[in-house]
Amino acid sequence: MTLLADAFTVIAVSAGALLFLAGTIGLLRFPDTLSRLHALSKADNLGLGLIVLGLLPQAGSLSGGLKLVCVWLLAQLSAATASQLIAGRIHRRKSGS
Amino acid sequence: MADFLIGTALFISAVTALGLYRVLRARIAVERMMAVQLLGTGGGAALLLLGVASGVSAANDAALLLMLFATFSCAAFTLGLETTPTENLGSEEESR
Repeated sequence: MTLLADAFTVIAVSAGALLFLAGTIGLLRFPDTLSRLHALSKADNLGLGLIVLGLLPQAGSLSGGLKLVCVWLLAQLSAATASQLIAGRIHRRKSGS
Repeated sequence: MADFLIGTALFISAVTALGLYRVLRARIAVERMMAVQLLGTGGGAALLLLGVASGVSAANDAALLLMLFATFSCAAFTLGLETTPTENLGSEEESR
């Protein structure tokens, strides 16, 4: 059972790390500010979600696991807000106001 | 398991530093703010991994604070740009 949990952790955390790598490659390669923001917010937040999912079997107690999920939920909310604010700012600047 | 988690945390830190270097080199102020957001996500993930690997649950709180600070600074930055006229902050448009 613990072997299964460890294997799940390894797979999910590795996938999360790969998504972080993908987000950084997108950040390095994309030509536009808006598409860079897209790579930053989408890929990195999915990577964070996978890492939290992988860490859940390793969390010692129920409250520890709940706290991890709360960290992830709050990260989603804050990333959505910040990306929206930044993108709105870029959009308004392009349309000239 | 702890070795694997610490290794992944180091990998994510390295990748985040690479992205930070790229974004901080940009001349547009908005892209520099994206660097702060990247620091919030990547640093938060690395802190969570390190916290579970070492059994220190306070690292979760530190990760939470890091992400909240990133969001609040982005919001404050946008609000500050709203009130000031579009002078030097957003005028360095890339010509590509």
